[in-house]
Amino acid sequence: MSERRDHGVTADVPAVAGSEAPRAAASAGAGGPAAGRSVFTASGLRFTYPRAAAPALDGVDIDVPPGGVYAILGPNGSGKSTLLKVLLGALAPQAGEACYAGRALAVWTPRELARRIGVVPQHEELAFPITVRELVAMGRYPHLGNWRREGEADRAAIEQAMIRCDVLGLADRSLATLSGGERQLVRIARALAQEPETLVLDEPTAALDIRHEMEIFELVAALAAAGGVTVVLVTHNINLAARYASRILLLDRGRVAAEGEPAAVLTRETVERVYRWPVVVERHPGPGRDEGAPQVVALAGEGDRGDGRGSGGSAE
Amino acid sequence: MSAATPARADAPGAARTRALRPRSAAGALLLLGLLMLVALVAAVAIGAAGLPLRQVVAALAGGGDDTSRAIVRDLRLPRALLASMTGGALALAGAVFQALLRNPLAEPYVLGVSGGAAVGAVAAIVLGIAALSPWVVPVAALAGALAAIAIVFRIAAAAGRMLDTRVLLLAGVIVGAFFNAVILLLLTFAEAESFRSAVFWMMGSLSGASWSAVALLAIYLLPAGVLLLGLARPLNLLAVGEETALHLGVRVERVKLVAYFVASLLVAASVAACGVIGFIGLIIPHALRLAWGSDHRFLLPASLLAGAAFLLVADTAARTLAAPAELPVGVITALIGVPVFVLLLARRRV
Repeated sequence: MSERRDHGVTADVPAVAGSEAPRAAASAGAGGPAAGRSVFTASGLRFTYPRAAAPALDGVDIDVPPGGVYAILGPNGSGKSTLLKVLLGALAPQAGEACYAGRALAVWTPRELARRIGVVPQHEELAFPITVRELVAMGRYPHLGNWRREGEADRAAIEQAMIRCDVLGLADRSLATLSGGERQLVRIARALAQEPETLVLDEPTAALDIRHEMEIFELVAALAAAGGVTVVLVTHNINLAARYASRILLLDRGRVAAEGEPAAVLTRETVERVYRWPVVVERHPGPGRDEGAPQVVALAGEGDRGDGRGSGGSAE
Repeated sequence: MSAATPARADAPGAARTRALRPRSAAGALLLLGLLMLVALVAAVAIGAAGLPLRQVVAALAGGGDDTSRAIVRDLRLPRALLASMTGGALALAGAVFQALLRNPLAEPYVLGVSGGAAVGAVAAIVLGIAALSPWVVPVAALAGALAAIAIVFRIAAAAGRMLDTRVLLLAGVIVGAFFNAVILLLLTFAEAESFRSAVFWMMGSLSGASWSAVALLAIYLLPAGVLLLGLARPLNLLAVGEETALHLGVRVERVKLVAYFVASLLVAASVAACGVIGFIGLIIPHALRLAWGSDHRFLLPASLLAGAAFLLVADTAARTLAAPAELPVGVITALIGVPVFVLLLARRRV
């Protein structure tokens, strides 16, 4: 990590979370979902990949309320990414129907959807080198289409998004020269440049250090807290989800194991059953506004691994 | 630490390149456009006949003697126009294939179009039907190219539920290899004379230029060019990733289909008109990327202009360096192109 970044972040993050919040609310106010209307809804989703033995989604219901941070958790292969793809219209379910803002996803065009939902995919690999600003500016595509030129409003949205994610100073850098954490912030800035009412992130903090991980969770929490943006994220970090999410959906082999507020979902029994590993659930000791949030601690195996798995396995 | 070091290292290099090149993309396009015009004028003015410039201008205007009028208006002008359109088409198709396949090694012939065209042309030559009419070889080449486009697409589309560009690349390379084998087989049974003309066709040449060839390529290049230039932004997004492009509102499958078919047909048309001219489609987009970056809104029109200028210069050299003999233009494109490209690569500091 460079000196410069360290400096910028420690100085800006708390200030940003407070002062920028009203802007996020205002920008989303125009096209925001009607108050109280669910963002994503789906029932009875089923999806099996070609030649797969078991379904990736096996009757999933979901109802994401507007506002707040909605976390989708579950072990590897439990169907999280598949669920996200179905909710975003990238995969058509074989049974059941998914809707965004009450309208079936099959009816939305990709461009209409992109004006309302900003997505940060799990994996991106650039075919050719581009700069940070060029990548963030791509967030304006759903508004501009193939031919229209960037206007004043577009440039403002791009700059605001870069300020919001604290990457304005990197604007002219080639993306390839950034660290993993910086790159992730840039990709979130691109999603914000779309001026979305809903922000969807697929494992946004995988392989990031704790500061970048915290920075990203603080950022999405601030966006959601401002009331304008609904955040939906998939993550493996149960404990950060427990602290920042307003609701959690826990998937287990293509089915919903539990759904609700973190404290209701993250009980010892549920977590052990889903992850098949012994755990204890503590309360976050604080200080901080998330004091008392459930924190899952995985226990060491007793003797060999087989014994350790035993208590989880028997709970099925 | 690791992030800061390369940034510092590239700062002076970046400043130096910036001083050497026009500041905006519009300025660069203007420069390339001028370059192309100069090359076009030079291609018409320079030739084995050694006509003075005054006579060339007079011939263009419809005056002068019959010989110089014939040389300028029926030989040099159509040839220069065909060279500019072919060069532009190949460079544009190369840039589009590199973005579509997300592979910097992609070039216009990587998907087997040239192989199919060559099978058609070589078969027509070896079987002796080429002598029937000057149109036989171009039509046979076009038919072969279209067959290759269809076969490669069928393979790529059958392997997955949608067009998987990795499979497309693999299918193109495999089908191209198969066509090469067929060509060698055909040549094995060829007579010395048809062997020679088949090999010459495969080396590519603009010597067959005629006004009808110019008109045919122009009819195709204009709409194809507009369609492909319109894909600049979607191609920018595809270069980041298909999933990302979809979530930014791109109709990914449609863009891939249009890019594949329009660019392939463009290659087919140019190969039918003047055989397989190598190297332009690979080197021009790369050189432009190195100099001005990968934004396809700039890269696609710039490839069109730079490709046109480059083939004009190469063909003028091919016609005149060993006059009255003609060098294969593909040799010239490689002989000029490689050193220039190596220079650009060496200067790159990113």
